[in-house]
Amino acid sequence: MTTELETRDHDVLVIGAGGAGLRAAIEAAAAGVSVGLVCKSLLGKAHTVMAEGGVAAALANVDDRDSWKVHFTDTLRGGQYLNNWRMAELHAKEAPDRVRELEAWGALFDRTPDGRILQRNFGGHRYPRLAHVGDRTGLEMIRTLQDHGIHQGIDVHMEVTVVSLFTREGRIAGALAYDRERGRFRLFRAKAIVIATGGVGRAFKITSNSWEYSGDGQSVAFHAGAVLQDMEFVQFHPTGMVWPPSVRGILVTEGVRGEGGVLKNSEGRRFMFDDIPDNYKAQTADNPEEGWRYVLGDKNARRPPELLTRDHVARCIMREVRDGRGSPHGGVYLDIAWIKEKMPKAAEHIRKKLPSMYHQFKQLADIDITTTPMEVGPTTHYMMGGIRVDGDTQMSSLPGLFAAGEAAAGLHGANRLGGNSLSDLLVFGRRAGEFAAQFARAHSASTPDAGEVKEATQEALAPFARPTGENPYAVQHDLQSLMQDLVGIVRRQEEMVRAVEGLQKLKARAANVGVTGNREYNPGWHTALDLKHLLTVSEAIVASALARRESRGGHFRDDFPDKSAAFSSFNFVVKRAPDGAMELGKEPIPPMRDELAKIVEEMK
Amino acid sequence: MANATFQIWRGEQGTGSFIEYATPVSEGMVVLDAIHDIQAAQANDLAVRWNCKAGKCGSCSAEINGQPRLMCMTRLNELDLAKPVTVEPMRSFPHHRDLVTDVSWNFRVKKKIRKFTPRRPDAPDGTWRMQQEDVDRVQEFRKCIECFLCQDVCHVLRDHHLHEEFIGPRYLVHAAALEMHPLDTLDRREELRKAHGIGYCNITKCCTMVCPEHITITDNAIIPLKERVMDHAFDPIVKLVGLIKGTTPGP
Repeated sequence: MTTELETRDHDVLVIGAGGAGLRAAIEAAAAGVSVGLVCKSLLGKAHTVMAEGGVAAALANVDDRDSWKVHFTDTLRGGQYLNNWRMAELHAKEAPDRVRELEAWGALFDRTPDGRILQRNFGGHRYPRLAHVGDRTGLEMIRTLQDHGIHQGIDVHMEVTVVSLFTREGRIAGALAYDRERGRFRLFRAKAIVIATGGVGRAFKITSNSWEYSGDGQSVAFHAGAVLQDMEFVQFHPTGMVWPPSVRGILVTEGVRGEGGVLKNSEGRRFMFDDIPDNYKAQTADNPEEGWRYVLGDKNARRPPELLTRDHVARCIMREVRDGRGSPHGGVYLDIAWIKEKMPKAAEHIRKKLPSMYHQFKQLADIDITTTPMEVGPTTHYMMGGIRVDGDTQMSSLPGLFAAGEAAAGLHGANRLGGNSLSDLLVFGRRAGEFAAQFARAHSASTPDAGEVKEATQEALAPFARPTGENPYAVQHDLQSLMQDLVGIVRRQEEMVRAVEGLQKLKARAANVGVTGNREYNPGWHTALDLKHLLTVSEAIVASALARRESRGGHFRDDFPDKSAAFSSFNFVVKRAPDGAMELGKEPIPPMRDELAKIVEEMK
Repeated sequence: MANATFQIWRGEQGTGSFIEYATPVSEGMVVLDAIHDIQAAQANDLAVRWNCKAGKCGSCSAEINGQPRLMCMTRLNELDLAKPVTVEPMRSFPHHRDLVTDVSWNFRVKKKIRKFTPRRPDAPDGTWRMQQEDVDRVQEFRKCIECFLCQDVCHVLRDHHLHEEFIGPRYLVHAAALEMHPLDTLDRREELRKAHGIGYCNITKCCTMVCPEHITITDNAIIPLKERVMDHAFDPIVKLVGLIKGTTPGP
């Protein structure tokens, strides 16, 4: 079978074309270097389109008490102070400019009565902060970046998947990829590479993520020697669809709660009032009446407990279901229809503010959300962990390799606030592009070792030599079940130990999968190649989750249900040992600059 | 669980035939679920594009029982399962493999449309002011998920293959979103008439009927755009100025 290569040269290669990758490519191109942009799917289809609620930025258009300082402290509080505080600072300061820049590139956000960008409430944000377009903000964002980006001289490689990275003399040298259409290999030689491949949701059975999110970026970076961080922190979004079975896991935006939606158990009780964490008591309403006033914009009202952070809301839902107060299909009720008691033309309002949700439930579940509560439950949504990067430049521990967006770690700490992802993509996508271009200018081109490239292509083709090998989909399904059951929302020592053993067995099976058919657009082959990445990130998740013997943010241990001060001053990291094995370590969180520490203290 | 039968188009580069697969169906399933089940259990190499599985990315366009639809938003309970369900690729684009077509033409067309060019900011801080009612219509156009079903069904492209002369409903919507954008300053009417072939559309509204985002493509985008283009082309003052400058737009 031919292992012939097409070779492409770029100063900067951006892998991934969601919000972060597009923004990085635009910035690098603006810096005057040659840029290649690799998309696993068609351009404009990346998971950013699924982001619904909005992009968080302290524009202070709706509440003038908002500022970068409040956004900064909200982000740290939500992340349980494991965040890279420098990233949290840059993010809060730069997000408003990044949002305004989108408007200059054609984005049309919903408006305030005085004609500025409207902002809505969201979980963990003290003031209405999310610039949005109904509940399709992600689509608006990716389309704006796409339509701007296609005129910037970027070479776009659609439906191309990267399988490994190469280094030379201690820095990045290139990447090997295949194109889906023909199954031919493409070698990219680049002076700098930006990983913007998104998350790892496909490692779990119930997820809001599409097939693309198999941890490719984290995995290839790890195998090339870069350090991963915070891999135990997986966000389970509290509200995914639970019924019918085929749509289980599809996201229901937090915007529903932002617009006044409430969570109820089978007894009709708003159970979120029953458990408000101490560090949020001062800013959370303690009765439904105050919560509703907050939704209406009363500045003296505190926010309803449905808008507590995602980790907490997800656990409360799990508790209701476990204790027998769930809905018929194992979720709880999310009710937006109730607002008709409070406002005229409520149905019209809901359809205007939440059009995709209206459409999604109507079409997929035969439910009219303007009259009937939705059934919802947690779904694997987002990876807080990822490639460890420098807060300013987004460069990883491997010189010349950068990361941005979900594939990078640091900004969100132990739990991400809703709306902070879209702003993350913009702020750090831009920074990664800028500094990758700078790195490319400062370095000469390098060429991956031909022997290593040959080895990587042969490894990628190996499944074709085993036409009677195991079905790759079967291995993928078993991996997803294992991670869901043993390393999901509620974790226990003995289950995770079983997961470690299970992963070893799956690795052996993955090494023996077979592929039928030829190399042209063959999803069986693509699934076989994704397995390595899924297994790598799963192993990193379990290793880190076993080590964190406490509960914090997205990581909940049934056997260590409380937060522990002993785990508050460092991040767990994993890196590749010289023999290729995964090695777990700790990296201390550097002390915060005085003026930032003071802000955190003031806002407590 | 009951079984349903699917006839799926399999083959490469325009050749191929329907191959029949039976697969169990359960409550709430959509066509894409059935395709995935068949792919995982019976035909690992069945080529299909998909991403979000929630009607938001526009990847899984196909012709289901002859109708252009998104596979992820087509419920099995709205189809007659007593008969085999046919699933075939979009027919207006070059076939690649199984359900996958080469849609790259669309991406090339978009590049030819001049990009958004805003007026100077309204406020000293570099921001603009727009009223919600002024952005409502353009927001409708910007709901487009680029599934290309409208391009697939448009007879100018499907039957007459005028891909070089006509940009198709998707890009007329895109152009309308730019032309009606409150901040945009460019005038694209001339090229819409000449290079982009807006005149080829004879308002059969097939595009509107298949749009999964329910964008009223013909009434809200194409007709107003046609009116603007015609007003401009036949405006006597424009014509007079054109005569003097020697740039009269022809009929």
